[in-house]
Amino acid sequence: MKRITVTVNGVTHEAEVEERELLVYFLREGLGLTGTNVGCDTSSCGTCTIHLDGESVKSCTLLAVQADGAEITTIEGLATNGELHPMQAAFQEHHGLQCGYCTPGMIMAATSLLKENPSPSEDDIRHGLEGNLCRCTGYHNIVKAVAAVANG
Amino acid sequence: MATTERPAPSIGQRKQRKEDPELITGASRYVDDISIPGMLWVYVVRSPFAHARINGIDLSEALAAPGVVAAYTGETLEMGPLVMAWPINDECKAPAHLPLTKDKARYVGDPVAVVVADSRVHAKDAAELVQVEWEPLPAVTDIKEALADGAPIVHEEYGTNDAGSWIMSRDSPAPIRNPSGPYFEDPDMVTIKEEYYLSRLIPNAMEPRGVVVDVNSSMGEYTVYSATQIPHILRTTLTITCGVPEAKLRVVAPDVGGGFGSKLEAYPEDAICLTIAKVLGRPVKWIEERSEGYVATLHGREMYQQIELASTKDGILKAVRVKLWASMGAHMRIITPGIPMLGAWLYAGCYDVEGYDFEYTNVFTNNTFTDAYRGAGRPEATYAIERAMDALARELGMDPVELRRKNFISDDKFPNYTIASGLTIDSANYAGTLEKCIGMLGYEKFRAEQKSRRESGSTKVLGVGFSTWLEMCGIAPSRVLAALKYIAGGWDAATVEFLPTGTVRVLTGVSPHGQGEVTTFSQIVADQLGVDFDDVEVLHGDTQIVPLGLDTYGSRGLSVGGVALWKAGEKIIEKARKIAAHELECAEEDLEFAGGDFTVKGTDRSANIKALGFSAWSAHNLPDGMEPGLTATHLYDPPNFSWPNGAHACVVEVDTETGSIDLLRYIAVDDCGVRINPMVVEGQVHGGVAQGIAEALFEEATYDSEGNLQHGTMTTYMLPGPPELPSFELDHTVTPSPTNPMGVKGVGEAGTIAAPPAVINAVVDALSHLGVTNVGRPATPERVWNAIQEARR
Repeated sequence: MKRITVTVNGVTHEAEVEERELLVYFLREGLGLTGTNVGCDTSSCGTCTIHLDGESVKSCTLLAVQADGAEITTIEGLATNGELHPMQAAFQEHHGLQCGYCTPGMIMAATSLLKENPSPSEDDIRHGLEGNLCRCTGYHNIVKAVAAVANG
Repeated sequence: MATTERPAPSIGQRKQRKEDPELITGASRYVDDISIPGMLWVYVVRSPFAHARINGIDLSEALAAPGVVAAYTGETLEMGPLVMAWPINDECKAPAHLPLTKDKARYVGDPVAVVVADSRVHAKDAAELVQVEWEPLPAVTDIKEALADGAPIVHEEYGTNDAGSWIMSRDSPAPIRNPSGPYFEDPDMVTIKEEYYLSRLIPNAMEPRGVVVDVNSSMGEYTVYSATQIPHILRTTLTITCGVPEAKLRVVAPDVGGGFGSKLEAYPEDAICLTIAKVLGRPVKWIEERSEGYVATLHGREMYQQIELASTKDGILKAVRVKLWASMGAHMRIITPGIPMLGAWLYAGCYDVEGYDFEYTNVFTNNTFTDAYRGAGRPEATYAIERAMDALARELGMDPVELRRKNFISDDKFPNYTIASGLTIDSANYAGTLEKCIGMLGYEKFRAEQKSRRESGSTKVLGVGFSTWLEMCGIAPSRVLAALKYIAGGWDAATVEFLPTGTVRVLTGVSPHGQGEVTTFSQIVADQLGVDFDDVEVLHGDTQIVPLGLDTYGSRGLSVGGVALWKAGEKIIEKARKIAAHELECAEEDLEFAGGDFTVKGTDRSANIKALGFSAWSAHNLPDGMEPGLTATHLYDPPNFSWPNGAHACVVEVDTETGSIDLLRYIAVDDCGVRINPMVVEGQVHGGVAQGIAEALFEEATYDSEGNLQHGTMTTYMLPGPPELPSFELDHTVTPSPTNPMGVKGVGEAGTIAAPPAVINAVVDALSHLGVTNVGRPATPERVWNAIQEARR
């Protein structure tokens, strides 16, 4: 077991974690933040995408101990003062989700994408989200939602 | 008091979804998000061999491992076989499928033991300590090899892997118009024979499966939370397999992360978890790992197809004859034997033929079982006929669009036209969707561009493919299902109730998991009863809250469940009218109902339905003898399937040097009857088309000669990501179904049914000048390149 300190959605947590525990399970089961989902065991699907020190990462790809000292944002921390993040609102408005399982990861990846490239082309959006899989939408409306946020 | 303002119509509006706020903020609740105090974790030990006898299982080391509470084999955990609900005829071989196999493993992934521990990691660690004494046997995973003499036998008691055939002329309750034979013997006919292999697919709902079972020992009650499309059916099948009383078993489908048929199943793990909870008297949880799911969750499609067409020399299609050989995998799961039959009537597509024959043979192999995958049977039929139509066009030297136009069932045959295979199509507009599609494509301009590209000698050639498709969905009436030997019915149920605070509670027996019925059903109720969209609450997916229902599959949510809701609403209006007449002291006939108000004709005296709902609840002043409450339940069994249709076109650019394909355009014109929420309909088409394109270009699950799955993880199974797909171009026509009062049909499977032949036809069209007539699917660069080389030889 190892002691770590992480700040998640603005709240600092100290915890004892098993060395082999993946960050995603620490968030889900250790902190009860179940909005971040697990869709695979090969870092393929992006469902578990979060922001770690401002960068989007797949939280199944890191051990919890690697997040020691980090600032993390999960889907639960994206809205501010009860106001949806524009990306969340755009996903609803453009029907960028159906079953919703990939959605938290997709939204986290999309917000990170726009931070790096505020005015992406459709191609930029598609390539920017290539680490995130969705089985419901065919990506059509996800791309529309991200473009809508980029275009203000 | 008269109300002059009526609520704006809700049906047909692009209403934002009520489902979304939780899903976009992480407040959703999937099975893996559920924890119960004292809960134990289950890990399933699976066969690493495709075919191997079990000579012994030693659990002792696992039992001694940290945190382990129990471990079981099929010998020590008592359960009945899993339910198989579609024994298609007397020939159908349906060996008992035990949740934990006892004698031998029949596919890689076959569950043989389980470990129960106090945490996920302890369960998994201990599972590795289970010692199974295996005696590996030769395996067979190919359909044709499985039928050959001397093949390893999956179920030894039968002495063959032939699991039985279904022959339409013998087994179908609907008479075929004419046998196909004479048309194929007619020397004046042009005949073609095509053979296709449809690769095995893995559905890949983004949420892996999972089960949590809670126990109330003092009451003898169990709650099963399952990532399932079918909570009601699962309640019944679990009762049979696990021997718990059906009335004390509650099945909950919480938020479910996609299904596509993969969660339309009675799986071993649900039964295993319920049984362990029963034995230990403690809550348990099992969550599928993705790579585990690749072998443990049903696969789809795999079959060989042989389709023959007979046509006049000027392109009038006269007869279709089809034979299929379908892989069951190692077991008959809930409806495995009947899946190919779901396409049986559709192999002539939307073309008006005279002669028809169809048969299929089911084959056991040492693979994961197959079962319903989005479209189930109908994508297979559409693929065969739409590919074969292009082949016939080539044979006749005709344009594929012209050949289709010439053979469509014409509009004047509708409504209710009985096709050669014996079923009756409610309504359709085949030519209308195709002409719209052709217009969007700019067909003539495309052909000119294709020609000039070819003449320029470019290695990047263009092709277009069409798919003018139809389907039968709803998967009812129950009487027809009975004649097809399906054990359950095809009805669904809805309850509408006015609550005293003025809102309307809807209970629906369908179990949406992404399709958006909480929203679309609210729209229906808002319009029908004249209440606010926001005042309607739709509840589903919990057999304790909604005891009646048959769940979500086969594009039936709206065309069965939605119509049940409409019919319940009609009963509500009927009863409210009686209360209104009583309160307004007039005859019922003197009332007109609109926008939620019953108004005495020619006056401004009216009563609003919400107020009548309160009157019914308080029961202070009801007509003599009337039951209190404004609530109604309706169980709806459709008199026919519903028959959506459409025309899709795909444009590709193929690199003749590398075989790589660039998908340039995808156009979909669909007709699903009346559309409740166009935004939701379009979303269904997008997702279906994406899966259909992936089926044509990317996805396949193959096995090596020892029966190991070669695409057993998400890194090796080629799911399309955002860069692999284009944006889609959509339009529609609206041809209401005459079968139901809303004129609705269903759209959930449309894209998956339509897309694969449009894509492959486009690839073949691009290469047709090189002599290529077929490309295997998925059309990987390697397959395309090989097809080009073969044509050049």
